[in-house]
Amino acid sequence: MSGVWVAVLVAGAGCYLLKLAGLSVPPRVLERPLVARVADLLPVALLAALIGVQVLGSGDRVVVDARLVGLAVAVVALCLRAPFIVVVLAAAGSAALVRLLF
Amino acid sequence: MSDASADPSHSSIVRDGIAVGVATGAYGVSFGALGVAAGLDVAQTCAMSLLLFTGASQFALVGVIASGGAPLSGALTALLLGSRNTLYGLRLAPLLAWSGWRRAVAAHLLIDESTAMSVSRNSTAAARAGFLSTGVSVFLLWNLATLGGALAGTALGDPRTYGLDAAVGGAFLALLWPRLDRTLNRVVAVLAAALALGLVPVTTAGVPVLAASLVALAAAVLARPATGARTGPPADDQSTSSR
Repeated sequence: MSGVWVAVLVAGAGCYLLKLAGLSVPPRVLERPLVARVADLLPVALLAALIGVQVLGSGDRVVVDARLVGLAVAVVALCLRAPFIVVVLAAAGSAALVRLLF
Repeated sequence: MSDASADPSHSSIVRDGIAVGVATGAYGVSFGALGVAAGLDVAQTCAMSLLLFTGASQFALVGVIASGGAPLSGALTALLLGSRNTLYGLRLAPLLAWSGWRRAVAAHLLIDESTAMSVSRNSTAAARAGFLSTGVSVFLLWNLATLGGALAGTALGDPRTYGLDAAVGGAFLALLWPRLDRTLNRVVAVLAAALALGLVPVTTAGVPVLAASLVALAAAVLARPATGARTGPPADDQSTSSR
């Protein structure tokens, strides 16, 4: 588990330095349109990939199971403008229910 | 804080900041529970909230570890997601106008919520009030809630029984949702998810998510002429102010 500690410390130090860099670097960097666009699209691509892997990935296979029901319920909750915690609980609860019933 | 203008708007800014802090901090419970469900211990989960203190990066690191990826590829994903905080800082630096140790402390509180509650203010005093009230209250509650969620998660047993593995997907979707407001973003999201899933059978865990960042790079380069032609005036600076 020490690998996890290294990852936590590296990510912690890195995330802090990224924040500090933003407050310290001259704002001209942001004015480059390409930089702004990459920074805007990066979270979109990473979060979408994480969703795909979390919901359909299982080891080195792609499988459909109760998690996909949870994601579908999360979509409905978001369309209804539910707050974050409700979305998360709805996804968990619906997947748990599917596993209980089938 | 050297502002003598303790006008009503100042206290209402602080009140709004604390309200956002309570609402945001509360979902630290879900992070705490998911952290221990992914196999981290309580101390590691709490250390993440204390040290990373940026929600999407924390969920990403935990998610990669949960799916069997190398912890360091999880850390790299977390850093890529954390890069947006750099942009928030670029935007806020002239407004907050802190230097020295104050800037070093403020940097740790630089997250989605503290940016949203300060970037639209007109004065340094108001921006600082929004930034500090939001940042400090989110920090305190996020960390307390993480501890509570991690302890509760440890007591629960098999996380799959409660659908906690599905909760991670729901949490990522809730973080992604407000960013799907443009066609380009939706296309990038679909392509990134497809690329990642396509790589799942042929690479080690963690790599598919990192590879998806190439979709963002490619889209940013290729979309350049299109967006340049469409938007006449250079009103291209809305990347952070909308959230």
